[in-house]
Amino acid sequence: MEIRAIGCEPLQLKRMHIKDSHTLKVYLETGGYKALRKALEMSPEAVIEEVKKSALRGRGGAGFPTGIKWGFVPRSSPKPKYIVCNADESEPGTFKDRYLLERDPHAVIEGMLIAAYALGAKTGYIYFRGEYRYLIEIMDKALEEARAANYLGENILGSDFSCEIYTHTGAGAYICGEETALLSSLEGYRGHPRMKPPFPAVEGLYGCPTVVNNVETLTAVPQIIEMGGEEWRNLGTEKSGGTKLWSVSGHVKKPGVYELPMGYRDMEKFIMEDCGGMLRPDKKLKAVIPGGSSVYIMNADQIIGKGVTMDYEGLVAAGSAVGSGGFIVMDETVDIMESTKNLTEFYKHESCGWCTPCREGTDWLVKIFNRIAEGRGRPEDAQLLLDICDNIEGKSFCPLGDAAAWPIQSAIKRFPEDFKKWLFKNVNKDEIVANVYAE
Amino acid sequence: MATALPTDFTNQVNYTDEVAEFPPEVIEEMKSHLKKYPPERKRSALIPILFIVQRERGYIDPPGVNFVAKFLDLTVTDVWETATFYTMFHFRPIGKYHIQICRTLSCKIMGEPEITEHICRKLGIRPGETTPDGKFTVSMVECLGSCGTAPMMQINFDYYENLTPEKVDQILDSLQ
Ligand SMILES: Cc1cc2nc3c(=O)[nH]c(=O)nc-3n(C[C@H](O)[C@H](O)[C@H](O)COP(=O)(O)O)c2cc1C
Ligand code: SF4
Ligand code: FES
Repeated sequence: MEIRAIGCEPLQLKRMHIKDSHTLKVYLETGGYKALRKALEMSPEAVIEEVKKSALRGRGGAGFPTGIKWGFVPRSSPKPKYIVCNADESEPGTFKDRYLLERDPHAVIEGMLIAAYALGAKTGYIYFRGEYRYLIEIMDKALEEARAANYLGENILGSDFSCEIYTHTGAGAYICGEETALLSSLEGYRGHPRMKPPFPAVEGLYGCPTVVNNVETLTAVPQIIEMGGEEWRNLGTEKSGGTKLWSVSGHVKKPGVYELPMGYRDMEKFIMEDCGGMLRPDKKLKAVIPGGSSVYIMNADQIIGKGVTMDYEGLVAAGSAVGSGGFIVMDETVDIMESTKNLTEFYKHESCGWCTPCREGTDWLVKIFNRIAEGRGRPEDAQLLLDICDNIEGKSFCPLGDAAAWPIQSAIKRFPEDFKKWLFKNVNKDEIVANVYAE
Repeated sequence: MATALPTDFTNQVNYTDEVAEFPPEVIEEMKSHLKKYPPERKRSALIPILFIVQRERGYIDPPGVNFVAKFLDLTVTDVWETATFYTMFHFRPIGKYHIQICRTLSCKIMGEPEITEHICRKLGIRPGETTPDGKFTVSMVECLGSCGTAPMMQINFDYYENLTPEKVDQILDSLQ
């Protein structure tokens, strides 16, 4: 598996190929904890200002501007404040956080400390998905080392800033990546999402102001403080600052974790050159899901010769989204009805059951897909799937419902042949559904 | 008269007043988790402690749950309520080696079906089943964050990636 930066110096991936990069010793030798020292000499407001200038947007999937989120925390509130690192990484196709946590745990700690300082938090939690047990062990060792060297604990580095960070484990539930469900889970409850507002920044963990940030968001923070928000932003574009990690999987020669500057051009070159091209050279590119399973699927015509820019604006313009950066490449051997069925089964399994449209809707979607896959599909099934999606999208309690609808909606519109093939086996009722497939 | 169902026919767990006991070092380990949370927020330690119960007792059983409820000042129902939400907790015995094969898209298109078939044939069981000797349980699971090294499986807490049937043979044969 490849781990490398293209079109920029490795920042997030700076320590990936250094021996023992998870130790405090190597972290310090490679410039670690310098940003924390610098931040402690700045005012908390100035730290937030730098992060705002950087145009850093959350790397967990929603892409919310990090500096603005931090600004929502009422610093004057008498309640304790919390910083929570979202290491639940469960979006299909996404595995970048795993490598950051494995090989650069101190960068996560440093990012959390700077955030805690800026927010006035004294406690931080890192919520790992339960399956990442070996990463918790690595992180616990890193936290111990940091504690021994006074990067954690009371009066950090002689300042009057004190902070503790703890690891916490989930136990198998994709929904616990959603920040309010994560907080429910961290409090020892079932992982059901909560009503927003109030947002966690005002009422989060234990009813106290809380910021939840993704691993990659937090590891960007020391870089921003060290080089200055503006310089970091200039690595990318005006609106999409800095660099971004992409987890590449599927039918390419060199799957892996790639760091690209935001605004990298273009997606076709990325697949065909940077990722080594198609796994089987005689098989053509058919589809790409660029941002984890929850974004719109793209067909080859939307990519080849289109000069798609790899950043928030570029991907929306191209008909999809950055999401979590889980970049899944599929060649012509993949049947898009089947791939969409596979993802729908994922959402059905992971629906937390709290609200009816998502719980019942995903179940019905899977039932219909099963019928289609058994060769008993009916021409009107495409419309039926879309109708159910309409009744889930925008009507669910949390975005998981929308995420279940989007792959289906985009797949039927962008790969009509793959559905027609299954639905029109024995009947010829083209006219009934002709308009369903029209984009 | 109606015929009685076999006792393990339903998923119902039998109620018991029995409270599990654990050696002092395990209790210490549980207490080390409590230290992470505010004293009035003991419930936060529920998931980490349930993992310890599962490790010690093989699965989450009623005496184990009774213990946790007492330990964290919760009701037995509180503990069941949380435990049953999460897929990594088991409520009946499972094999010594829990083979969890990722079935999600990236693994699927990179050869998961072949791997699953190979494992199931080799062990003579289907996903969801345990070998009669109690050594292996096979489960299909969702994306484990290993998509770039697909297909993959996790056995207990260890990752095995870039699988081929030959590699699977080596791995399974090495497990005692
Ligand atoms: C169903 C669902 C699953 C999510 N899973 C994750 C996840 O695994 N990791 C993550 O960082 N964010 C995940 N998110 C996004 C979080 O809700 C939240 O936006 C994010 O942690 C905020 O951090 P950021 O602003 O740094 O991205 C998920 C959201 C939803 C709706
Ligand atoms: S949309 Fe789905 S995951 Fe979200 S609250 Fe409703 S049932 Fe739960
Ligand atoms: S799809 Fe199998 S590990 Fe992600």
